[in-house]
Amino acid sequence: MPTEIPSIEIDYAAILPMLLVLGAGVVGVIVEAFAPAASRRAAQIVVALVGLVGGLVAVVLLAGGTDRVVLDGAVAIDGPTLFLQGTLCLLGLGSVLLLSENSLDSSGGDIVSNAAALPGTRDDVRLAESQGVQTEVYPLAMFALGGMLLFPAANNLLLMFIALEVLSLPLYLMAGLARRRRLLSQEAAVKYFLLGAFASAFFLYGVALLYGYAGTVELGGIRDATQVADRNDLLLYLGLGMLVVGLMFKVGAVPFQAWTPDVYQGSPTAVTALMASATKVAAFGALLRVLYVAVPEIRWDWRPVMWGVAILTMVVGALLAVTQTDVKRMLAYSSVAHTGFLLVGVVTLTPEGLGGTLFYPATYGFTTIAAFGIVSLVRDSAGEATHLSKWAGLGRKSPLVAGTFALLLFALAGIPLTSGFIAKFAVFQPALDDALPLVIVGVVSSAVTAYFYARVVVVMFFSEPAPDGPTVAVSGGFSAAAIALGAAVTVALGVAPQPLLNLAQQAALFTR
Amino acid sequence: MNSFPFLTVLGLTPLVGVLVIMALPRGRDLMVKQVALATSLVVLVLTIVIGLQFDPSGARFQMAEAHDWIPAFGVQYAVGVDGIALVLIALIAVLVPVVLLASWNDADPAGVATTATSLKVGSASGDTDATGRAGPGGVTMLDRTDTSTGGPPDPRRGSVKMFFSLMLILQTMMIGVFVSTDIFLFYVFFEAMLIPMYFLIGQFGGPRRSYAAMKFLLFSLFGGLIMLAAVIGLYVASAGQLESGTFNVLALTQLDLSTSTQIWLFLGFFIAFAIKAPLFPFHTWLPDAGAESPIGGAVLLVGVLDKVGTFGFIRYCLPLFPDASRILAPYVITLSVIGIIYGALLAMGQRDLKRLVAYTSVAHFGFIGLGVFAFTTQAQTGAVLYMVNHGLSTGALFLVVGFLIHRGKTRDADAYSGIAKAAPLLAGVFLLAGLSSLALPGLSTFISEFLVLVGSFQRYPVATVVATVGIVLAALYILLMYQRTMQGPLSAAHERMPDLRGREVLAVAPLLALMIFLGFYPKPLTDVINPAVACTQVDLGFADPAPSDRAVVTAAVPVCNVQTDLDAGAR
Repeated sequence: MPTEIPSIEIDYAAILPMLLVLGAGVVGVIVEAFAPAASRRAAQIVVALVGLVGGLVAVVLLAGGTDRVVLDGAVAIDGPTLFLQGTLCLLGLGSVLLLSENSLDSSGGDIVSNAAALPGTRDDVRLAESQGVQTEVYPLAMFALGGMLLFPAANNLLLMFIALEVLSLPLYLMAGLARRRRLLSQEAAVKYFLLGAFASAFFLYGVALLYGYAGTVELGGIRDATQVADRNDLLLYLGLGMLVVGLMFKVGAVPFQAWTPDVYQGSPTAVTALMASATKVAAFGALLRVLYVAVPEIRWDWRPVMWGVAILTMVVGALLAVTQTDVKRMLAYSSVAHTGFLLVGVVTLTPEGLGGTLFYPATYGFTTIAAFGIVSLVRDSAGEATHLSKWAGLGRKSPLVAGTFALLLFALAGIPLTSGFIAKFAVFQPALDDALPLVIVGVVSSAVTAYFYARVVVVMFFSEPAPDGPTVAVSGGFSAAAIALGAAVTVALGVAPQPLLNLAQQAALFTR
Repeated sequence: MNSFPFLTVLGLTPLVGVLVIMALPRGRDLMVKQVALATSLVVLVLTIVIGLQFDPSGARFQMAEAHDWIPAFGVQYAVGVDGIALVLIALIAVLVPVVLLASWNDADPAGVATTATSLKVGSASGDTDATGRAGPGGVTMLDRTDTSTGGPPDPRRGSVKMFFSLMLILQTMMIGVFVSTDIFLFYVFFEAMLIPMYFLIGQFGGPRRSYAAMKFLLFSLFGGLIMLAAVIGLYVASAGQLESGTFNVLALTQLDLSTSTQIWLFLGFFIAFAIKAPLFPFHTWLPDAGAESPIGGAVLLVGVLDKVGTFGFIRYCLPLFPDASRILAPYVITLSVIGIIYGALLAMGQRDLKRLVAYTSVAHFGFIGLGVFAFTTQAQTGAVLYMVNHGLSTGALFLVVGFLIHRGKTRDADAYSGIAKAAPLLAGVFLLAGLSSLALPGLSTFISEFLVLVGSFQRYPVATVVATVGIVLAALYILLMYQRTMQGPLSAAHERMPDLRGREVLAVAPLLALMIFLGFYPKPLTDVINPAVACTQVDLGFADPAPSDRAVVTAAVPVCNVQTDLDAGAR
C-alpha cells in the first residue's frame, strides 16, 4: 500500500540567502558548460559576486523579521543564523575576490587548470607553464559557501550532516588546485579528504546514536528527551561526543587539529583564506546551535570536557605556532589558537557569551582573509615565498604591504585599537564570571601568540632584506580589494565596534 | 567650567602633525623635522594653557569629558586630569620637543656609500647564518648572536619620516594614557603605546635592537594581558554591585570588594605596572631596551613610559584596592628597597654607558615605589615629584650620554678618558645631570628624594634606612662614571672630540634650567600634586601618622567628593 508523503510548506523567502548562493553555484556550472572560454572567467566572477551580494541583501531583508523554523522544522531562521549568514556572505565575497586575482602569477591565477595531473610527470611540467586557467573553482566555492550558510541554520541533525558534506566536498577538491607546489597541494587535498571523511563518519555515527537515544534527529526533540530521565544516557553521551568530534574537526580544535597546518599550507592561498575564515564561522555556528539548542540541559556533563578542549586548543595552538618557520603554517596554528579563544566563549553559555562568540569569528575572518591575501602577494620565482626568512626586510622594500600585514598581525595578537582586541574582550569578559581558569589560560596563550606575530614583524621590519628576496607582486585589483576590505574592517571594528556588537548581541538568541 | 575639550585637542594635536608629515613629499627631511618640532611646541603651549586653567582647589578631575564609546561593554571615552596626571603631561610636553631636537640627525641616512655597501653585505650574510643555524625550531630573534658591536650606525634603517611620525604617535598615546579616567580606555592606550616604541627601538636602535624590541614588547604585553584579566574581573565585580558594569575609575572606587578579590585584582594590576615601572624583579627588559633604543626613544621610554607604571600604582592600585594595598604594601616596599640597592650595585658594574643609566633608573623607580606605598602624603607627594624630576634628570643624563656616544662611536665607558679636556661643556652638562641623578641638594631631585625618605620613615623606618644606602651608592656610580670618562688623561683618539653644538645645548638647556628652578622653587608642582595625593589618601582610608609634618602641604585639601568638573556642573 503506497504511503502518501505529505508535501511540506516551503517558506522560500526565509531560505532565500541559501537559494541564491547555491543557485549561483548551479548557474556557474551551466556557465562552465556553455560560455565560450574567453568570457568564462569574467562570467563566473560576475555570477559568484552577484550570488553573494544577493545573499547578503536577502539576509539584511530577513534580519528585521521574527524568528521562525521553516521547512518542517529542519531550518531555523533566527538571530545567530542570520548574523552568521551575513558574515559568511561577506567573507565569501572576500574569498572570491582573492580567487579571482590573476595578475600575480606569471601564468595567470593561482588555480591549476588540470588538477589530476600527477606531480613530476611531463603533464605536470607542461601545466606549470601553460596559460590555461580553470574556472570550475567558482561554482565549487559557491557550493561550499551554500553548505556553510545552511550549516549553522540546520535545526535537525540529518540536515546538518548534509550541510557538512555540501560544504566539505568542494573544499576537499579546492585544496588540491594549487598551481605551484603541486605535490604539497595534492597531499593537502588527500589528507583533508581522508581526515574529513573520518570526521563525517564520527558525526554520522553520533547522529545515529542520538537518534537511538531520543527517537528524533530534531535538536529540539533531543533537548526534550534530555529533560526526561527514563532513557539510556550512554547513548546520549556517546552520541553527543561523536557529534562534537565531527564539529571539532571542522573548527580545528585540539586534538583534531592535525590537518590544519598541512592543508592550510598546501592549498591555494585563496582557498586557505576561505577555509580559515568562512569554514570556521560556519562550523562554530553549528557547534553553538547543537550546544545551545539540543543539550543545554546537560551542560554540567559536557562543559568540563569542553573546558579541557578549549585549554588544550589554546595552549597547543599557541606553542606550536611558535616553532613554525612558514608563514602559512604559522597562520594555521594561530587559527588553532584562535579556535581555542572562541571555545572559551562557547562554554560560557550566556547571552553575552553567545554575542561575543558570534562577534569573534566575524572579526577573525576578515583579518584572516586579508592576511592570506597578503601572503599571496609575496612571491619569488617559485611562486609564493612563504618561508619566514624570505620575508626579511619586506618593510623596507614594500612598506605599505608590510605595514598592512603588521597591522593584521597585531590585530590577531589582540592589540587595542584593532578588532582582535575587542573580539578577545567580548569573549573573555562574559567567561570570567564562571570560567576564570579558562580566561587565565587564554590570557597567557595570547601573550605567547603575540610572540610569534611580533616575530614576523621583526623579520619584516628589523632585518636586512635578503639580496635574492621575494618581490611583492602588484595586485590586479581583486586581491587588493579583498585586503583593503579585511584591513578596513579590522581597524573599523577596533575603533568603533559598537554597531556590530549590538547586532551580535541582538542576534544572540537561538530559536527552537 | 568651560566645555572646550582641551584634553582631546591636546591628544589629537600630535596626530595632526603626523598627518602633515605623511603628506609631505619624499626627500623633504628637514621640513619633516620642523613640522614635528612645531607640533610638539604647540602641544607644549596647549599644556601650559591647561596648566593655567587647572584649579588646584577645584574638582578632583578637571577638564573632564565623557562620551559613550562602546556601550555594550560599558566603555566610555572619558578623560580628565588631576594634579598627578597634569604634572606628568607637563613632563611629556617638555620632553618631546627636547627629544626631537636632540635626535635631529639620528634618523638621517648615514655613512659614505662605500661603507654602506660593505656593511650591508656583512650583515646580510650574518642574517642568513642566523636563520640557517636556527633550523625549523628556529627562534632566531632572541638569539644574542648579532655580529656587529657598536660601530657606525646601520645605514639601512627606517626613514626620517618614520622616526618623527613614531615619536609624535607615541606622544599621543602617552598623553592618552595619563588623561584616561576610564580603565578600558587606559588599557587601550597602555597597550597601543607599545607599538610605536617597539618600532622606534627595532628600526632605529643599536646592534641588538630586534632582541631588545622583542623583549620590551613581550614583557609589556604579558603584563598588560594579566592586567586585562584583572580589568575584566573588576568589570564583572562592578556589574554585580552597580546597576550595570562600568570601567569608570571613580565609580569603581566606590565598590565594596572582599579582601581576597582585592588581592587578586591588585596583583593583576600590580604585575603589569611593576613590569612597566620597572620594579625589581621585573626590570630585566629595561637595560636592554634602554641601551638599544635610539637616544630619543630611551629618554621617552625611561622618562615617560615607565612612569605609567608608578602612575598606575597611584591612580589604580591604591584607590581601587585599598585593603589589598595595605596588606601587600610591606612586600612592595621590600621589592622597592631591593631594587634601590640592586639597581645601584648593577649600575656601578656596567661598562656600557646606556645600560648604566638604565640601571640607575631601576634604583630610582625603587625610590618611587617606596614613596607610593609608604602611604603618607609626604612620601606620595615626593614620589610624584620624583616621577617628574626623574624624567628631567635621567632624560638629561641619557641625552648627554647620547651626545658622547655619538662622538665616540661606542657605548663602552672604558673607551673614554679625560673628555672634559676636549669637550668641557659636554663634561659640565654631564656632571650637572649626574649630580641631579644622585639628588644633590639644590637640584630638584633632592627635594623629591628627601620627601620620599622623610615620609616613608614615619611608617617604615627600617626600609627607609636601608634605602638611604642607595643614596651613597648613587653618588658612587655617578661620580665613578664621571671620573672614568671625563677625568684622567685625554686619550689621543678623543683629542679632537667636538664640544656640544648649538642644537644640543638648546636641547638640554631647558632640562637643566628646570632642574635648578624646581630645586629651589618646587611650589608650582607641589601645589597641584598635593590635593590629588590627599584624595588618594582619602580613598585609601589612611590618615597620616601623627605627628604629621605638613610643612609642604600648603594647598587646601579639595573636596574629593566633587569628582569631576562634569559632576560639578551637573549638580
